[in-house]
Amino acid sequence: MEQLVQKLKEEIITVLNLSEMKPENIDEKAPLFIDGLGLDSIDALELTVLLEKKYGLKINTPEEGKKVLYSVNSLAQFIRENNKG
Amino acid sequence: MNDQLVISGFCTLRQHRVVHNGKLLFEDPGSNTVEFLTAAYNHFRISYPKFHKMDQLAKLGFLTTEILLKDTDINSRYKADRIGIILANSSSSLESDRNHQKTIASRDNYFPSPSVFVYTLPNVVIGEICIKNKINGEGNFFVMERFDPLFFANYLPQLFNNDIVDCSITGWTEVNGNDYESVIFLIEKKKHTDGGIANFTVSEIESVYIRK
Amino acid sequence: MSGKVYITGTGIISSTGQNCKEVLDSLLSSRSGIGNLTLIDSVHKDEIPVAEVKASNELLKQLAGVPHRETWSRTSLLGLIAVREALASSGFTDSPGIRKGIISATTVGGMDRTERFYKHFRKNNCHGRLRDVITHDMGDSTEKIAGACGIKDIVTTISTACSSSANSILLGSRLISSGILDMVVAGGADSLTLFTLNGFNSLMILDKRGCKPFDDDRNGLTLGEGAGYLVLESEQSVERSGRKALAVVSGYGNACDAFHQTASSPDGDGAFLSMKKALTRAQLDPSEINYINAHGTGTRNNDLSEGRAIERLFASSVPPFSSTKAYTGHTLGAAGGIEAVFSVMAITEKCIWPSLHFSRPMNELKFVPEGNLIRNANVRNVLSNSFGFGGNNTSLIFTGI
Repeated sequence: MEQLVQKLKEEIITVLNLSEMKPENIDEKAPLFIDGLGLDSIDALELTVLLEKKYGLKINTPEEGKKVLYSVNSLAQFIRENNKG
Repeated sequence: MNDQLVISGFCTLRQHRVVHNGKLLFEDPGSNTVEFLTAAYNHFRISYPKFHKMDQLAKLGFLTTEILLKDTDINSRYKADRIGIILANSSSSLESDRNHQKTIASRDNYFPSPSVFVYTLPNVVIGEICIKNKINGEGNFFVMERFDPLFFANYLPQLFNNDIVDCSITGWTEVNGNDYESVIFLIEKKKHTDGGIANFTVSEIESVYIRK
Repeated sequence: MSGKVYITGTGIISSTGQNCKEVLDSLLSSRSGIGNLTLIDSVHKDEIPVAEVKASNELLKQLAGVPHRETWSRTSLLGLIAVREALASSGFTDSPGIRKGIISATTVGGMDRTERFYKHFRKNNCHGRLRDVITHDMGDSTEKIAGACGIKDIVTTISTACSSSANSILLGSRLISSGILDMVVAGGADSLTLFTLNGFNSLMILDKRGCKPFDDDRNGLTLGEGAGYLVLESEQSVERSGRKALAVVSGYGNACDAFHQTASSPDGDGAFLSMKKALTRAQLDPSEINYINAHGTGTRNNDLSEGRAIERLFASSVPPFSSTKAYTGHTLGAAGGIEAVFSVMAITEKCIWPSLHFSRPMNELKFVPEGNLIRNANVRNVLSNSFGFGGNNTSLIFTGI
């Protein structure tokens, strides 16, 4: 889980162009949207593309999206639970 | 009686040099376009993380404007909806168009990026400038073959004389592959300044544009 | 100088018809042009409805009167067809000394041909016809249309996303009222492409059921294609030939929302400002507006933002309003022009066009759009909104004579 969380932090920084952030600055429990990193709707879409492209996982509804993308931890959990191997 | 307009500031980003009001403020000769823009962003301590999400056209226009507006205090001198932004270029959003096209080219490896698509419209750079500077005035983006001083010299006075703006950020911001250039002017009514740098005329606009 | 801006001609082509008569007929019959994607080969062919102009490029060439051997992008063909109709309907005749202009807008330009080229070029970079890419630039469509119609004094292209052709009409009006031009053709054209289909799909703002503007159950927009233009003339130009004008452009306003690259501010600040500016210029009180042709794309965000702005401005007296995008889809750069033609038609036909596919009122708003066609309506002042990505918001007001 630790490794996945670390990897996710790095991927989030790359995919969302958060060039001024370092992985150690991202709190895996903190909300990604509104508070915390303050990401916006386009960032949310980019994260769903990341999930599909890198992990082969699809988010089907906005409600599911809100839960899965809540924090780095919830993202990591979603990936682990649905990992195809 | 139509008010005399003046150029109260201008900023040029070209060939990895940042020139503001005729003065060279920064250069980074060895870099490529993206490296240059990032180096300039760091050098001028802009401190606006959303900069890194922008595409090259938006970064270029945004940076040029930030440097242009520094210490001009236009937000306290003019109402937000009385500051206009009029920009133009010849390649529109071609850089981002190309990047978007790459992501949809293959039916098998098909992953369009929403954040790339957002920038496939040239006027989004105006949106970025407005968001950062809280400007609500009129904005327009023109696509033309080359920088045309006569166009700007004719167009801007109409905005001022028809009481649409009291101040305008206007100019040319163009990116195509490794070629880029950005020449942006701050235009005000002479009576609102201490004389400005030069009158806003075809020859003065041209002379700023061709200046190194 | 501040002369009146007369509208003497209209030209249109959209998924609902290939000229003003056909489009008007569709409006009166509540007939939407939304259907399946047939003219482009896309992975989304069967999932995403679109509003196609029901004509191949070959047929468009014939309609436009363009020789078969010439290479024209679909956008340019749509534009030329609508411009020719606008000019013909205006009855404008050229004469020495008359200063003419064309302000045309597009977001897609010649992308349709470039996609055709790229398909072959990608597999083998010796393949692909180069003439398919020389029409790519946005300015190409404007210049081709200007050339075909003999207009050269002022020829310019605007690209501000979905407010593009409304901005063409705004600029055209200024050029007339300040005495710089005697006649301007102003509007825009855009064709459907894989580029926009895939791009908007990646933003997840396409409603797979077809758009339902201002409906509580709405879930996105439907892409469309087409072209819409007005012929604008000065008072002297109209009087000199003894022709009758259809209406005037009495007001216009543009403002930046300054909130987000693609989303509109929750309270519709930019929309509020652009509508207010247009009313001020027209010297009209909000209560004097008889019909609002809203931007109304059908996205959750736009319709709420625009609805709030309308409520702020009109308070308890919101006039009849609708979005015509359930007829034509969202034609992007052409939307402002197409909807300007609809607004002029509302005045000349005395009709309020219905917001098709509307059934459930939005919880957040105290008012609803007109769900049914209204005939014999008092339609003198029409407000038309077009809001683009980048927060570029434009409002136009048309007034009957």
